[in-house]
Amino acid sequence: MSILIRNGKVIDPSQKISGPRDILIEGKKIKGLFPRGKGPEADKTVDASGCIVMPGLVDMHTHLREPGDEYKETIKTGTMAAVRGGFTAVCCMPNTNPVNDNISVTEFILKKASEEGSCSVYPVAAITTGQKGEMLTELEALIKAGCIAFSDDGRPVMNSLIMRRALEYSKIFGVPIISHCEDLELSEGGVINEGLISTMMGLKGIPKAAEEVMVARDLLLCELTGGRLHIAHVSTDGSVNMIRDAKARGIKVTAETCPHYFSITEESVMGYDTNCKVNPPLRTDRDVSAIKGGLKDGTIDVIATDHAPHHYDDKNREFDNAAFGISGIETAFALGLRLVEEKVIDINELIAKMTIVPSGIMGLSKGTLQKGAVADIVIVDAGREHTVNADNFLSKGKNSPFNGWRLKGSVIKTIAMGKVYEWE
Amino acid sequence: MLKSKSLLGIKDLSIDEINLILENSLGFKDVLGRDIKKVPALRGKTVVNLFFEPSTRTRTSFTLAAKRLSADVVNFSVSSSSVVKGETLQDTALTIQALGADLLVIRHASSGVPDYLNKILDISVVNAGDGANEHPTQALLDLFTILQYKKEISGLSIAIIGDIAHSRVAKSNIYGLTKLGAEVRVICPPTLLPAEIENLGVEVFHSIEEGLKDVDVVMTLRLQLERQNKGFLPSLKEYFKLYGLTSERLKLTKKDSIVMHPGPMNRGVEIASDVASGPQSVILDQVTNGIAVRMAVLYLLGGVKQ
Repeated sequence: MSILIRNGKVIDPSQKISGPRDILIEGKKIKGLFPRGKGPEADKTVDASGCIVMPGLVDMHTHLREPGDEYKETIKTGTMAAVRGGFTAVCCMPNTNPVNDNISVTEFILKKASEEGSCSVYPVAAITTGQKGEMLTELEALIKAGCIAFSDDGRPVMNSLIMRRALEYSKIFGVPIISHCEDLELSEGGVINEGLISTMMGLKGIPKAAEEVMVARDLLLCELTGGRLHIAHVSTDGSVNMIRDAKARGIKVTAETCPHYFSITEESVMGYDTNCKVNPPLRTDRDVSAIKGGLKDGTIDVIATDHAPHHYDDKNREFDNAAFGISGIETAFALGLRLVEEKVIDINELIAKMTIVPSGIMGLSKGTLQKGAVADIVIVDAGREHTVNADNFLSKGKNSPFNGWRLKGSVIKTIAMGKVYEWE
Repeated sequence: MLKSKSLLGIKDLSIDEINLILENSLGFKDVLGRDIKKVPALRGKTVVNLFFEPSTRTRTSFTLAAKRLSADVVNFSVSSSSVVKGETLQDTALTIQALGADLLVIRHASSGVPDYLNKILDISVVNAGDGANEHPTQALLDLFTILQYKKEISGLSIAIIGDIAHSRVAKSNIYGLTKLGAEVRVICPPTLLPAEIENLGVEVFHSIEEGLKDVDVVMTLRLQLERQNKGFLPSLKEYFKLYGLTSERLKLTKKDSIVMHPGPMNRGVEIASDVASGPQSVILDQVTNGIAVRMAVLYLLGGVKQ
């Protein structure tokens, strides 16, 4: 079957296209782009008047929770939530139970994804067995099974020598090592950013230095080894500055941040709102400005979601014992659009940071509307407002600090591997 | 009247509310001096003490306060760990409410638990200490005790010495004392200083000699003995040497200064034995006043329903 998407404004940073185009899809592939009104006849037409038509978003940092924590999220619900949020490819982190540190887990994830998934799923494998930070996993076997990057996300590799070895050994395959930068000794017991608010609330703080000492270490190890380092969920001004300096010195590093690190601060935690408990923690205005600066000048390459769905019971409890994480895949793009509204970045840059750039870092052929590419396309009405209602999330995780927010930018349709999902 | 149905912290109280509690405390202190130490103010009401941390003095003080007001009192003790394994805090609290409690007195190692319970329960919640957040009745009884010896709080100079970082008592006192116009100093090693505390309007000293100079009130805090194992301090001996309240150091304060401690004390760690038992010590007054102040709090909240 063929589908023609007409009258939309196509933005595809991978081809530097930003203008009126019609897109023809045939089966699961993109057949071609045409000037508006010049597209051929198709079995079905989709009218995208007044909308942006862009490549399906690529999330390089997602927690699908399966296997092990299916009560929080499954591959089925997580990919459905992704598609609802405009994502057509997700890279799922290995901190499942069991950990994705061997090919049987990888194969399970990919089998489930092909049977029940709504979008493409690319597993990220653990750097070390059991994410214990001691022994490297079998990179060759895991890559062959379908893993595209390595990370002990949720935990850092505390041992500097093991991190060095990971950055070195991964060079055989040219895959990125994604670092969750956190010094566990410095962050121990901490639940929010360390500062006046942690003091006032009597909560143990996590100093910015807990992230920054590890960013510094990993940048040095990256320089030493020439490995491919990617820094996950950057949350502090110090991290941004160090990554900027490292890039200027020619170090091969890439970095991501998440919508909550440029949208809200530690002040949201006042009143002990566990939906604002996330690791790394929400920081200060100064950090938010620095993150925006990093997005603007390219220091931060990617906006990822760190979608971390949790069950209501895991959040409805003592702040100290509540789970860390935000269910963010269904609000990410609209929050990103706020950066465009604030003129931090333009719409092309935003889309690039959520499509072709993460796709490139992960070595995928996603995030593009090029002829012959898989038909992963999102139609967004950038001006249409909606009120976030976490109860209506397709994710099992309703843990959003943005619940009730009025946001501009609504996903109207998502086309994932040629399949059309219509929203509202 | 108090604005809220619950007492969660001093931070949320207005000056008028603090003064209201203190005035009522005076009346109840009078009751405690009588031959029959009981009034019918809360007859027919039920107070439940829900303590997730071991506590003898605070729980006993709340129990006596409730009994002196003729309330029925039930102690519901749980170790935090058994709850982590089994029943959720929400279910425990809802169970107590369903049992017919009118007032819930809560102590918990996690900051914010009283706020959380206040949101999910209809009944009044009294914070008897949550994590490193607040211990409002302790601060109120400290204010009350200071007023027993000093005409007014405003204009006094007060030093709080010790483990400020982990102390809910220090926090509540800082809020209360600064609201009432006192000048508050905190004296502690940098490792036990919470982040950006000076933004709460206190002056920070790392030298006890400088900090104690000419103060009207000295509050020493209990130093939890495990702090030395966590790298906060090299040794308790060195702590006493640097921050222990000795009679020599007490001479740096005003002649008529008073010495306070929320208890339980470690003699020879944060306070020298002769100071603890000396003429300037009002530590036992604090204990006695605690009952009167808690009576006032229970009384003021007791009839209030949302």
